[in-house]
Amino acid sequence: MIQTAADWVVYGLFGLAPDSRWGSSLSFFLYDTAKITLLLFLISAVMGVVNAYFPVDRLRGFLARRKMYGAEYLLAALFGAVTPFCSCSSIPLFIGFVKGGIPLGVTFAFLITSPLVNEVAVAMFAAAFGWKITAVYVAAGVFMGAAGGCLLGKMRLEGLLTPWVRQIQARSAVVGAEWQAESVPFARRLPAILREAWAIVRGVFAYILAGIAVGAAIHGFVPAGLFAQWLSADNWLAVPLSVALAVPMYANAAGIVPIVQVFVAKGVPIGTAIAFMMAVVGLSVPEATLLKKVMTWRLVGIFFGLTAFLIILSGYLFNIVLQNP
Amino acid sequence: METFRPVRGKEIKVLGTGCASCRALYATTLQAVEQLGLEATVVKEEDLMRIMEYDVMALPALVVEGRVVAAGKKLNVEEVKALL
Repeated sequence: MIQTAADWVVYGLFGLAPDSRWGSSLSFFLYDTAKITLLLFLISAVMGVVNAYFPVDRLRGFLARRKMYGAEYLLAALFGAVTPFCSCSSIPLFIGFVKGGIPLGVTFAFLITSPLVNEVAVAMFAAAFGWKITAVYVAAGVFMGAAGGCLLGKMRLEGLLTPWVRQIQARSAVVGAEWQAESVPFARRLPAILREAWAIVRGVFAYILAGIAVGAAIHGFVPAGLFAQWLSADNWLAVPLSVALAVPMYANAAGIVPIVQVFVAKGVPIGTAIAFMMAVVGLSVPEATLLKKVMTWRLVGIFFGLTAFLIILSGYLFNIVLQNP
Repeated sequence: METFRPVRGKEIKVLGTGCASCRALYATTLQAVEQLGLEATVVKEEDLMRIMEYDVMALPALVVEGRVVAAGKKLNVEEVKALL
């Protein structure tokens, strides 16, 4: 339906030929923008509903008060996935968890998954690759967080936090059940949730446009097979190489997925492309400098190293399991 | 950021580490104060250690007279007005 509308505008209204470079680029651009905007709004609204009933304070109380024999890592990663991600909140969250007496490993599980799986990434992925690959991506992001958090927890890294964070940890108290259920009925909360969802769409819209524009340009003008030459499936170094390339780059999911989508269309294996995208959104220089405020460089290094390792592993796994769409 | 101005009227703080939405909330708050004609001092708190004293887990946050009234939300002028 959206495709028909996009075709009508481009070929009918603008009178461009469907097989011309400009025509196909523009149609691709319009179709993608409309589809992504719609999906992003819907997913943001759903996550907004989840968040209205499970705010992060409640999660902290929940994680601190119960013994869960390992399930807490998975739970923390799952919550990392449904919490809207903002890089400016990751440090306050980190401190808030430490202060609440939550083990460092569980906090890391949250911290790994949160930037990888969020409303923007899911919407963009679903629009670009369909629900099956999106589901695999989400599962991988959650699993990586849980596994990474569990491993980091076993390493006993508390000594590598900066001194003021260690002090906070020493004084940490298990937060009680002070969270009170809000009694505002759902129908009255919905308008605020929808407004919030729309604010998310507006906030990333410029990045979506930029990403799709670059993607559309590559789509129309770069010959197929150019990327595939150096990032092809039989090149075993391609996955670590793309991760290494991605760490210094920083873009949010909104900007990077449309470009990754074109890489895949041009023959880059899906696992390599996903590993690249995970490294772009999950590991970045700005995040490292933020984390430096609460961790020593050594701990930042260990955290990034382990996450990069998990991303590379999942890249290989995806290349084996998934066919390019 | 340290301000030596005497606090007059309500003391309002915007907590944020300098990201775009934090700056937006600061501007919105200034606007809201002006539109309400409030006598208030609006301070932007960017020091992480001090922000953490308020025990918030999502930024930007709005603090009125030492009490956190909103956290992790992009508020519009009307919403800030209602909170002040």
